Amino acid sequence: MVSLTIDGKPIKTKKGSTILEAALDNGIEIPHLCYHKGLSVAGACRLCLVKIKGRPGMVASCLTEVAEGMEVIAFDEEIDETRRLIVELILSEHKHDCLVCEKNGQCELQDLAYRLGIDRVRFSVEKPNEELDNSSEVILRDPNRCILCGRCVRSCAEIAVQDVLKFANRGSEMFIIAGLNQLLAETDCVFCGACVQACPTGSLTEKLARFQGRSWEFRKVRTTCPYCGVGCQIELNIKDDRIVKVYGVEEGPENKGHLCVKGRFGFDFVHHEDRLTTPLIKRNGEFEEASWDEALDLVATKFSQLKQKYGSDALAGLSSAKCTNEENYLFQKFVRVCFGTNNVDHCARLCHSSTVAGLSRAFGSGAMTNSIREFEKADVILITGSNTTENHPVIGSLLKHVARYKGVKLIVVDPREIELTGYATIWLRQRSGTDVAWINGLMNVIVNEALYDEEFIKSRTENFEEFKKVILKYTPDRVEKITGIPKRKLIEAARMYARAKKASIVFAMGITQHITGTDNVLSLANLAMLCGNVGKEGTGVNPLRGQNNVQGACDLGALPDVYPGYQKVSDPKIREKFERAWRAKLSPKEGLTVVEMMNAASEGRIKVFT
Amino acid sequence: MRLYRSHVLVGMDTFTLLAGARKVKEHLIRQIEKRGLSDEIKVLETGSLGITNRGVVLLIYPEGCYYVNVKPEDVPEIVEEHLLKGRTVQRLLFKGELERKAVALPESPLDVRRQSRVVLQNCGVIDPENIDEYIGRGGYEALERALFQMKPQEVIEQVKRSGLVGRGGAGFPTGLKWEISAKVASEEKYIICNADEGEPGTFKDRVIMEGDPHRVIEGMLLAGYAVGANKGFIYIRGEYALSIQRMEKAIKQAYEYNLLGSNILETNFSFDLEMRKGAGAYVCGEETALIESLEGKRGEPRNKPPYPGTCGLWGKPTVVNNVETLANIPSIIVKGADWFRSLGTKETPGTKLYTILGHVVNQGVIEVETGITLRKIIFDYGGGMKNGREFKAALVGGAAGCFLGKDMLDVKMDYTTLKSYKAVLGSGAVLVMDTSTCIVDMLRCILDFFKRESCGKCVPCRMGTDRLYRLIVDISSGKGTKDHPKLMLELAQMMNKASFCPLGQSVLLPLSSAFKYFEDEVMEHILDKRCPAGVCKMGEK
Repeated sequence: MVSLTIDGKPIKTKKGSTILEAALDNGIEIPHLCYHKGLSVAGACRLCLVKIKGRPGMVASCLTEVAEGMEVIAFDEEIDETRRLIVELILSEHKHDCLVCEKNGQCELQDLAYRLGIDRVRFSVEKPNEELDNSSEVILRDPNRCILCGRCVRSCAEIAVQDVLKFANRGSEMFIIAGLNQLLAETDCVFCGACVQACPTGSLTEKLARFQGRSWEFRKVRTTCPYCGVGCQIELNIKDDRIVKVYGVEEGPENKGHLCVKGRFGFDFVHHEDRLTTPLIKRNGEFEEASWDEALDLVATKFSQLKQKYGSDALAGLSSAKCTNEENYLFQKFVRVCFGTNNVDHCARLCHSSTVAGLSRAFGSGAMTNSIREFEKADVILITGSNTTENHPVIGSLLKHVARYKGVKLIVVDPREIELTGYATIWLRQRSGTDVAWINGLMNVIVNEALYDEEFIKSRTENFEEFKKVILKYTPDRVEKITGIPKRKLIEAARMYARAKKASIVFAMGITQHITGTDNVLSLANLAMLCGNVGKEGTGVNPLRGQNNVQGACDLGALPDVYPGYQKVSDPKIREKFERAWRAKLSPKEGLTVVEMMNAASEGRIKVFT
Repeated sequence: MRLYRSHVLVGMDTFTLLAGARKVKEHLIRQIEKRGLSDEIKVLETGSLGITNRGVVLLIYPEGCYYVNVKPEDVPEIVEEHLLKGRTVQRLLFKGELERKAVALPESPLDVRRQSRVVLQNCGVIDPENIDEYIGRGGYEALERALFQMKPQEVIEQVKRSGLVGRGGAGFPTGLKWEISAKVASEEKYIICNADEGEPGTFKDRVIMEGDPHRVIEGMLLAGYAVGANKGFIYIRGEYALSIQRMEKAIKQAYEYNLLGSNILETNFSFDLEMRKGAGAYVCGEETALIESLEGKRGEPRNKPPYPGTCGLWGKPTVVNNVETLANIPSIIVKGADWFRSLGTKETPGTKLYTILGHVVNQGVIEVETGITLRKIIFDYGGGMKNGREFKAALVGGAAGCFLGKDMLDVKMDYTTLKSYKAVLGSGAVLVMDTSTCIVDMLRCILDFFKRESCGKCVPCRMGTDRLYRLIVDISSGKGTKDHPKLMLELAQMMNKASFCPLGQSVLLPLSSAFKYFEDEVMEHILDKRCPAGVCKMGEK
């Protein structure tokens, strides 16, 4: 910790932080526009200038590290004058029209002008109004409100790692271009909206939210993004019970404010007119609107009749990995108690059940062994079976970020040339379906070159000798024949993975949805354990899951063979415990999986699906 | 080796090439052959002969006489009269063209013999495209001495003791700069020669590179040896076609002689050198913007600290030195620090290259010991004011420099002295103005330059330069108000305090010095809507 004073106020802050960070953390609002947490520092707006006792002139506090005993002057007459003149200049660059600006009320420039009391601008605005870039379906670019702080440029390069927005020209002619000065829709933009989130003014805004509400009218609700398994934290801006726009929550532990196009802009389905708003009952071949009481009575009666007629096991229920923990718990309880069967399952069966099977056997749990942000701490990341930038874009951006800015080396094993191969140090291109072979090949090299973690193997694993016997058969030559991966590259990848202090493995359904899916996962787990890459920060075996509550749906027991907490339904002691708690007789028989339910339904054994 | 009776040196620099020097040289060779004098007279190419704006310049030895404004059709006469019959061609002889006889001068006011040439000692003497001629004049002797007789630290010590300060403008002690980089442990270090000479009115580095390119290479090699760098870059102004061509050739020759490359002179020292062309941005003369540009990025300055000495090109310790600074090094190594200290002033020893231009009789680059007064530069070397007009002001140090009025004529033009007057020497450009110049118009040109050259990164400079230009245009077109000068100074002072890099910070200097010396003239534009010099067109914009 470092001690310093800002305007006489004693402050303690961690070593290496800047004066501005220290001030903001301690509630001292030094004015700034180009600084944005999570982005690199530009030092361009010059508003955060401060004086340091004993040093001549002023320094940009965003660029100056704190030092022990430093005495900072953040506010005095001269500094205020300087800041005022700078804001005056910014205001004179464009016609800043707050009347119809979407950012009105949460615009950093507006706030600053007000705070510094800029009641006149002595310079005339000379720049003509430019046309808006309306080409994107979701992002509106208004060059007339741009203050050239570069936050969008940096967020595009550093968070999204897309490099679409850049500065063009210089001096007073400088402006921001998309692509090669194209319309946004014509560029490589993925419309993640990182730039929108970073923009301090109304230059980049959500197109769909235009004229839909003012900033002070919104009710804000924090929730989890309903899409993939990254678990991005979002903040809904709601007016009159309608979602108007979505922000990424900067404190979100996984996404830190970043979202993908779906999470940020893909909420129109919520209010879509095709959605049901009341129950429908089919009468005489036509759906008719009904009340909830009517519908529930009807369903309850039919369920009871069919249960009596065909028995409990003719009923089945499918839960969802997109539902909350509470909903999943209630649903499986409903099927088990009311239907009297264990025929309950959910969508995870179809994507990552091989992951759960494999990782449960290897580690006892089917979850990621490490958290997402630990990718920043890794030295090497092996990615296979995951087109991350397409399917988990926020993690995809993070992987690109760590490869470009943190010196993390990526090994991508994928038959296709995906975006991440462009960021990879090594790209292995296996024949589809030969995953066990190349993973064994890597381990063969690691064992032969004695690059494995002996201590870890001794203390944490079993049957190493037996494992070795199998592995030794997978020589690089043989693996090259099976997989098509040149042995030179295989050896190179094995060395890179094994020699890394911290190596992480990332995978998704590209390797799980094979006949050998579970073996693929087990092999990856073996690879990690062989090099001691388990139980440490920045390492592990990390499946990227498809939906936002896969973990919860499984944990809460929406599975045919286990109660909440993975407790076996076949165990009489456990069953008795649940019977006591739920005050009902429970079926001792394991239920059907999704696929089995479908087959059973087509054979007429399942009569009720919910 | 063949002995010649006469040597004809054809000055080949940017000016003379434009005036047709190549054609004159071809004619010379043809005429000499025709007269059967090829065995007696040698025609040589060399760098700038020190005389600017006088067309093609020839220097004939042993007489040492300069011919200027030579046209191809004059060649037969020169060959016939001078080279065959030994009679000078009076009408082409360079006499200085003095109009004011008050200052007594020899025949050639820019006569190199009257200068103290260290950096330019080979300029106009050797063929810059021939490495042997450089070596013949003691070239690469310093490198040899350093590699075989000195430890890197000793090289640094010698440069430190010499008191050499950077000649690019900021005047930072060169030896200290080297020492900082030398002390950083790093496998990769870089030497960058800043040859992006962009200061308006400055072309001293061009004269060096066109006239003696190997001196620059040797300077870089010595810097590399001293700090432990094995790679150098010359970041050269893209418009300097001839400099680029000659530097390229020199690099190639040095590689052929194993003076560049691996295991130089069979020692363990290796050094590679590449040249990169700038794309015409003034700000890229600032060392960190230059480094950004070298890395392939937008030419925008970086925050300092860290300084390039510890974290420069690709994050490695990097020494960035100006061409003139590097060209000083070989002589310091060979002749020693004491010799260097014996030149010039105590505070900033050595020589300095000044580019003289504007309303003087002789324009060009001179090299003289530091401590020379402005008066001497203008009235001695510069040959006095052109057309007999009166001296009004000199802009010293380029656009980012300072207006000096009559009262400053006897001030010594060195880094320390000027600093004490809150002025700068900068690149050593001396732009002389007579009474026909309007200061408001000069400021308009300067502010237009800054407005064009601001990189746009920081608000004070991006917007400030733009606003200052608009305000001075107001004044020069008769639309200025009494508030204009006040607002302009307020802006420039803010820019001086708040701008990211020296570009925006330095606008204050020309502005405030102009307002200080010529307040009346500025106010006349504003209050009387009248331009005393008759330059500004009032009522137009």
